[in-house]
Amino acid sequence: MTQIDYTRAAKYFLLWDMWLGFKVGFKQFFRPKETVNYPHERGPLSPRFRGEHALRRYPNGEERCIACKLCEAVCPAQAITIDAEPREDGSRRTTRYDIDMTKCIYCGFCQEACPVDAIVQGPNFEFATETREELFYDKAKLLDNGERWEAQIARNIEMDAPYR
Amino acid sequence: MVAFFTQNPFGIVLLILGQALLILVPLLIALAFLMYVDRKVWAAVQMRRGPNVVGPWGLLQSFADFIKYIVKEIVIPAGADRAVFIIAPLLTFVVAVIAWAVIPFNPGWVLADVNVAVLYVLAISSLGVYGVIMGGWASNSKYAFLGALRSAAQMISYEVSMGLIIIGVILSTGSLNFGEIVRAQEGGYGLFNWYWLPHLPMVVLFFVAALAETSRPPFDLPEAETELVAGFFVEYSSTPFLLYMIGELMNVVLMCALLSILFFGGWLSPIPGLPDGVLWLIAKMAFWFFMFAMVKAIIPRYRYDQLMRLGWKVMLPLSLGWVLIVAFLAKFEVFGGFWARWALGA
Repeated sequence: MTQIDYTRAAKYFLLWDMWLGFKVGFKQFFRPKETVNYPHERGPLSPRFRGEHALRRYPNGEERCIACKLCEAVCPAQAITIDAEPREDGSRRTTRYDIDMTKCIYCGFCQEACPVDAIVQGPNFEFATETREELFYDKAKLLDNGERWEAQIARNIEMDAPYR
Repeated sequence: MVAFFTQNPFGIVLLILGQALLILVPLLIALAFLMYVDRKVWAAVQMRRGPNVVGPWGLLQSFADFIKYIVKEIVIPAGADRAVFIIAPLLTFVVAVIAWAVIPFNPGWVLADVNVAVLYVLAISSLGVYGVIMGGWASNSKYAFLGALRSAAQMISYEVSMGLIIIGVILSTGSLNFGEIVRAQEGGYGLFNWYWLPHLPMVVLFFVAALAETSRPPFDLPEAETELVAGFFVEYSSTPFLLYMIGELMNVVLMCALLSILFFGGWLSPIPGLPDGVLWLIAKMAFWFFMFAMVKAIIPRYRYDQLMRLGWKVMLPLSLGWVLIVAFLAKFEVFGGFWARWALGA
């Protein structure tokens, strides 16, 4: 004859666990919500955040990119395509700089590879489009991104500089 | 004018139609907001915000969902029995709605004041199983069919206990009429006259059985969205799916109403001196709906064998034993007829 555990039996029939759970749930009920109300509220972003790509310019307006094609070489997804020709003044510049954003895996290697901080991944992550074609970025689009996000990109690079 | 509605058959039909609409329209509107409340409570326990975009505080979320369901395409699987496939959700919905005919909201506020109201509700809720079985079978999918078998087994198992629990209340009242059951709970002590006190263990059992009967969490095995895609309604989309959902929620609200009427005095005021009224019934139903929502948020889902074990090995013996106990307590009028309200000559 096995001994009956009366405490356990009493707890079973009084739904003890359920009441404990109810207590916890009721406490949670009145606690402040953790949800970030996204389009109106945003969470913090690291300076290292790897978002939408941008091609930067020097303060005098000259393009940084020297068409070394290191980013094209390092890109694991082979999303970058570069064509280059010498310009009239003899400097080597890109004539074509395309990034297929649908191929890109946002690893940040292009930014790491770039010797002149030309291609960077900015803080923008809201660049969803309605068609696939809009995600095939060309040089004009990337330079435009650079102009639009330059202030934040520059700040992020500066903040991250001590750790490099 | 009065003669037209009481004598003329056309007038009588018109009157009944009007009464039915008077119950249905507020009920369906309330249902939309209850769905919202359900989601909000669930969200609050998980420290989320819940729906908060459509309308002020997201109050119109259910209506947006409603429009979404209506305008979507009805997908009927190849090989499905088209007629049965469409009829099944309709049946579930209609059965969930017509049970409300015998629910009294206030003295005299009842569509059909019949003397077998309890029996009627039990019969109607049993018919709900047909909607499930038909839906699962007509889908022509083994998963939907298995889901239907599981759901049907679950509903039938807990219906037995639920019927036995209600028998205890009937033994105390001596009537199957919901109005009589509420009137039997009237007395000078307010809420201490209600049946929850003499039938205390059965209140909890009835609540558990109601959860299982309406396949709400923790017994939502027909749906089990974290483990399965869905149960018997896996092939359903658009309006038929909406009908299943509304039918299910309507059953939940019906169970809230039954709990309030059988054990918590229906329209009676809990405090002696305060006037009775339909608002008390609504408040009690709202409380029980809140409990349904909280249980959904708090208790993890049961495994299927646990569900069956609880239904047949715990709930059934307990409720059956309670019927016997109440029968004796009522027959010998223990505590001055505490369990035998009919003996008080009310």
